[in-house]
Amino acid sequence: MSTIYILWLRQLKRYVRSKARMIGSIGQPLLFLVALGYGFGPIYQKAGGGNYIQFLAPGVIAMGILFTAMFMGIEITWDKQFGFLKETLVAPVSRMSIMIGRTLGGATVALAQGVVIFLIALAIGFHPQFNFLWVVFIFMLLISMLFTGIGTAIASLIDDMQAFPLIMNFLVMPTFFLSGALFPLEGLPPVITLIAKSDPLSYGIDGMRGALTGVTAFGFFTDFAVLAAITVVVLAIGAYLFSRIEI
Amino acid sequence: MFLAAARRTFIAIMPSIIEVKNLVKTFGDFTAVNDVSFDVQKGEIFAFLGPNGAGKTTTIKMLTTLLKPTSGEIFLDGKNIIHDQDAARRSFGIVFQDPSLDDELTAWENMEFHGVLYHVPKAMRRKRIEELMNFVELWDRKDALVKTFSGGMKRRLEIARGLLHHPKVLFLDEPTTGLDPQTRNHVWSYIENLNKEEGVTVFFTTHYIEEAERAATRVAIMDHGVIVDRGTSDELKQQTDSSSLEDAFIKLTGRDLRKESAGADAMRTHAKVWGRR
Repeated sequence: MSTIYILWLRQLKRYVRSKARMIGSIGQPLLFLVALGYGFGPIYQKAGGGNYIQFLAPGVIAMGILFTAMFMGIEITWDKQFGFLKETLVAPVSRMSIMIGRTLGGATVALAQGVVIFLIALAIGFHPQFNFLWVVFIFMLLISMLFTGIGTAIASLIDDMQAFPLIMNFLVMPTFFLSGALFPLEGLPPVITLIAKSDPLSYGIDGMRGALTGVTAFGFFTDFAVLAAITVVVLAIGAYLFSRIEI
Repeated sequence: MFLAAARRTFIAIMPSIIEVKNLVKTFGDFTAVNDVSFDVQKGEIFAFLGPNGAGKTTTIKMLTTLLKPTSGEIFLDGKNIIHDQDAARRSFGIVFQDPSLDDELTAWENMEFHGVLYHVPKAMRRKRIEELMNFVELWDRKDALVKTFSGGMKRRLEIARGLLHHPKVLFLDEPTTGLDPQTRNHVWSYIENLNKEEGVTVFFTTHYIEEAERAATRVAIMDHGVIVDRGTSDELKQQTDSSSLEDAFIKLTGRDLRKESAGADAMRTHAKVWGRR
């Protein structure tokens, strides 16, 4: 228990101390909200979709969580390179508790990031319903855990940060753009629909959007069941791969 | 002479705390550690010497569960560490050759983190952190981030951290590299005291051969993945007809320079070009 706590605390301390990273990770979602929100707003309105910011905000909140969570997971690679991972791996504690502590720490940071973007969205003109905030919170937490877990699993397999652009462009970006964060999932070409339906982030965003604006494509139960199941599987894989790290 | 004999008798009746049998580690077609066997008795200070690239660090990584051996067996305090890693990790502590501090945390936080991971009770942890940080003269910098430290300060902090919990076996992989002679002396007195007072077995590597001559009860010399000789410092000097352990070391391992982590082919080419003197 104390192991999990100290690893969780370390992730938080590192994050809070890195002001540049905090501000940097808010910049991108802010840009998306402003540029896309206001830019596509009129067209979306004309097409009969209503207020685009209402639609976009949950997607951008999820995006902030996705990017931060993946980064927090992959950060293990830094620890490998700078040697600190050795210090934790030789300690008389189970690798499982190290993995859990780190993942919870990363997920907490990602979740906090999501909350900050949520507040920014409110300032920009997002008007959600507030009565299901706890549901939103659960979905945000699941997204945080899932992608920190995926980051951890990947970091367990790679040796340095050189693979990072590859992961950004071939995993993180497609996960975001094909998730229904930016556009509704109805009436799309079948291939895109198929991809979107196999993207776990789609279910997270759909669940958040449902709780915030009352519109859901898959239904809360499906969203929750799919997201929770994938999260459990990913965390198990992550824990397995982490336990096999050799330095 | 009498002392050496007495020491041998003493060692012979002590049980082994580290037992290594036919240890092999290959990376691709390069054999880093080739059929190495040795044992270290409880309470010993055991020096593990060898030129760069000899396989010392690879051996230590296997002893500390960071690498899985290709074949062979390792027993640490009676436990088979390949099958029971968690149990093995409870019995040792290590100071690594390369840096392993968290730069984004303060010196004190690095110590505290280590103490919590190693289950040192809070009161004892706080007391020892202050003692050790005073010992390495970093207490006044305890709240500074480690990234602001010089190389020597980081090394000192790393040593202090390694001594925070008192394990049964302490692995020190080139602990004093980069330290000035004053600090080296200081650190070695502390380690020898820890060995005497608390019976901590010390297993260390170093390139300062005089450290091994001064502190080690026994020495093993490794080269090209195999142990080329072992014994007390006096025995090695006698066998090689040398006046110091450093001379004995050079006689046993040759004079050619080594490339760290060079592959077998590079080693062979290297040997051809420079020849063995």
